[in-house]
Amino acid sequence: MSPFFLFVSKPKYPGFDTLALHAGQSPDPATGSRAVPIYQTTSYVFRDTEHAASLFNMERAGHVYSRISNPTVAVLEERVAALEGGVGAIATASGQAALHLAIATLMGTGDHIVASTALYGGSHNLLGYTLKRFGIETTFVSPRNPQNFRDAIKSNTKLLFGETLGNPGLDVLDISAVAAIAHEAKIPLLVDATFTTPYLLKPFAHGADLLYHSATKFLGGHGVAIAGVLVDSGRFDWEASGKFATLTAPYEGFHGMDFEEESGTRAFLLRARREGLRDFGACMAPMTAFQILQGVETLHLRMPRHVESTRKVVQFLSSHPGVAKVIYPELADHPDHELAKKLLPLGCGAVFSFEIKGGRPAGKKFIESLRVFSHLANVGDAKSLVIHPATTTHYRMSDEDLKRAGITAGTVRLSIGLEDAQDLIDDLDRALKASQR
Amino acid sequence: MFAYTAGHAFDRAKPTVVFVHGAGLDHSSFLLQSRYFGYHGWNVLAVDLPGHGRTPGSPISSVSGMAEWLFKEVAAQKFSIVGHSMGALVAMECAARAPSRVDRIAMIGVAYPMKVGPAFLDAAKRDDYDAFDMHTIWGHAAQAPLGRDATPGVWTYGDTLARLERLAPGVLYNDLKACNDYVFEGEVTCPALFVLGRRDVMTPPKNAGSLQEKIKGGRTVLVDFSGHTLMTEAPDQTLDALIDFFRT
Repeated sequence: MSPFFLFVSKPKYPGFDTLALHAGQSPDPATGSRAVPIYQTTSYVFRDTEHAASLFNMERAGHVYSRISNPTVAVLEERVAALEGGVGAIATASGQAALHLAIATLMGTGDHIVASTALYGGSHNLLGYTLKRFGIETTFVSPRNPQNFRDAIKSNTKLLFGETLGNPGLDVLDISAVAAIAHEAKIPLLVDATFTTPYLLKPFAHGADLLYHSATKFLGGHGVAIAGVLVDSGRFDWEASGKFATLTAPYEGFHGMDFEEESGTRAFLLRARREGLRDFGACMAPMTAFQILQGVETLHLRMPRHVESTRKVVQFLSSHPGVAKVIYPELADHPDHELAKKLLPLGCGAVFSFEIKGGRPAGKKFIESLRVFSHLANVGDAKSLVIHPATTTHYRMSDEDLKRAGITAGTVRLSIGLEDAQDLIDDLDRALKASQR
Repeated sequence: MFAYTAGHAFDRAKPTVVFVHGAGLDHSSFLLQSRYFGYHGWNVLAVDLPGHGRTPGSPISSVSGMAEWLFKEVAAQKFSIVGHSMGALVAMECAARAPSRVDRIAMIGVAYPMKVGPAFLDAAKRDDYDAFDMHTIWGHAAQAPLGRDATPGVWTYGDTLARLERLAPGVLYNDLKACNDYVFEGEVTCPALFVLGRRDVMTPPKNAGSLQEKIKGGRTVLVDFSGHTLMTEAPDQTLDALIDFFRT
C-alpha cells in the first residue's frame, strides 16, 4: 500500500515580503524575463475560432481585450489580492474608479449606502452628490460609534462603507464591530484601505468583505501613476443574503449568467470584470500596472520607514510652541488611541494633521517657508508632502464650514516621506518659526 | 440536490456528463470545464454533494454512499463522470457498480489508496483552521502562491481558503475520512482517463500506478506544471484532455 499525502507538519505560506516580490508572476514563459513584462497591447490573437468563442463565453481562462484583462495588470491584481488575503482583485484607472466599480456591481437606483463621514473628499462627492443623481442615496454617520451605522441601516441599504483611517481626523474604523453590524443586516462592509496598506492592516482578517486602494498612494509610493485596486475577500455569501440580484439572478448582459451559481467565492469579481470593466471601462493601463508593481515590491521596506519617520515628526510637533494640536492615533489624547493599539500595532501610517497656531495667515506663511516638503494635493509619496486645506482645497469655506468638515483654519496635513527624518524636522521647525513671527 | 447545468435545461437527446468535486469543495471547482461541456453538446450536471455548496444536508460518510446518492439523484439513464480527487474515487466506484449506466470516467488528481496523513485528518477532525491551510497549500503545486493564476486577477490560495471557510463544521473531516477509508473492490470496464499533475504532492502521479494497472486501457495525461488542483492550475490542459477523451 502506498501512502498518500502523509505529511506530518503544518505547511507554511510565503511571507508578506516574498509575496510582495513574487505573487502573481512566474518568469515570462515566452522570454524568461524575470521582471514583469509590460504587455503593451490592446488585444490578443485567438488560436482559432473555437478558442475565441470559448474565451468570450468564459469556458477558458485568458485575455481577450485589455479593457477587461491584461497580463501585466493581472500580475498586480493577483499580487495585491495575495497581500490582502482576498480571492482576487480588479485593477482600475484610479481609487475613485475602484469605489465606483464596487458600488455599481452591487446596486442601482433605489438602493442606499451607509458611509462614514470621515472620508476622502472625492469619495464624499461621489456618494453625497453624484450617485444621488443615479438614484443611490447615502447616509453619512460618524464612524466613532459603530452603533451609528446600525441606526442608519434601512431596508434598501446594500453597503456599509468607511476608511481604515478616516480623513482628516484619522478616525480608526472599528472594522470588526462595523462588519458585525453589516453581517447582521446581511450586507457587506467595504473599506478604503489606502492609508494603511496591507502591510499595516489587513481588513479582511477583521471581517471586512471588500476593500480598495488608491494605489496612487503608498502601493505605488513614487507619485508617478494614478491607479486603484478593488479586492474581494470572497467570504460574503451573496446567495444567503438574498439582497444582491446583480450577483444571484440571471444577467441578460452575459448570456443569462448567474454569477453566484458559477462561483460563490468569485461572483462579485466575475460581475465587476464582465460588466463593470467591460461597460464602464475604467481599466488600468499596463504601464501603470508595471509602475505600481515597482512600488509594491518594496512596500514592506518603505512602510516601516514611513512610520518610523512619522513618529519622529509627530513627537517633534507635539512639543513645538507653534503647534496647538497634533492629530495622530498613536498619541494618547487621540479618541481612537486604544483601538489603534489593537488594530494597528505596526503603526498608524504616515499621513496626519496638526493645527498651527495663528490660523490662516500662519498656515500660509508656514507652507511658503517649507523647502523639503512639497505643497500639493496628494499623500503616500516617497517624498514628503504638505497641504493647508484652509488656503487650498477648502479655501472658499468659512471658519464655521471648515469646522463642520472637521478642519480648522490652522489645520495642516502632512504626508511623511522617506527623506532623512531630521531634515524633515529641521524643515518643519524653520517653517513653524517663520509662521509665528 | 443542486447541480450546475451551465444554464441549460436537460435535453434527452444529448449525452450527459456529471462532474463530482473533491473533498471540501463544490461544483465551481469545474467552473471552466463544466461550462465548456454545457455549451458544446452535453447535458452538464456539476453536482454539489450533500453538505457542500448549495446542496443542503449532512455529508455522506463513504465513497460508496456518495456513489449510491449519485445514482439516485441523476435522472439520466446513462452518463459519464468527471471526478476530481475524492470525486474521482466516486467516479470509479460508480463505474464498477453500474457499468450499464456509466459510459466513461475521467479521474483528475487521483491516487489509490487515498490515505490521508494523520496530522491533516486530525486537524480536520478538530475543525482546526490548520486543516484548511494544509488543504490549500498541499492542494496546489509549490509555485502556485507565487506563480500566475490562469484566471486573470484570481489568487488561487485565497479562493480555496474562502471556499473551505464556507463549509459547516465536520464536512472536511467527513470527506477526508471517506477518502482515507475507501477500499475499491470492483472492476472498471468502461473507457477511463487519468489526468495527473506532475507537481501534485497530495496525490503524486506515481501513486496512481496501481489504478492504472487495474483499469486496463485507461489513458493518462500528465500535466507538467500543475499540482493537485488541475482544473484551476492548468485549466486549458485539463479541458483539452477531457475534450480529447470525450470526442474519441
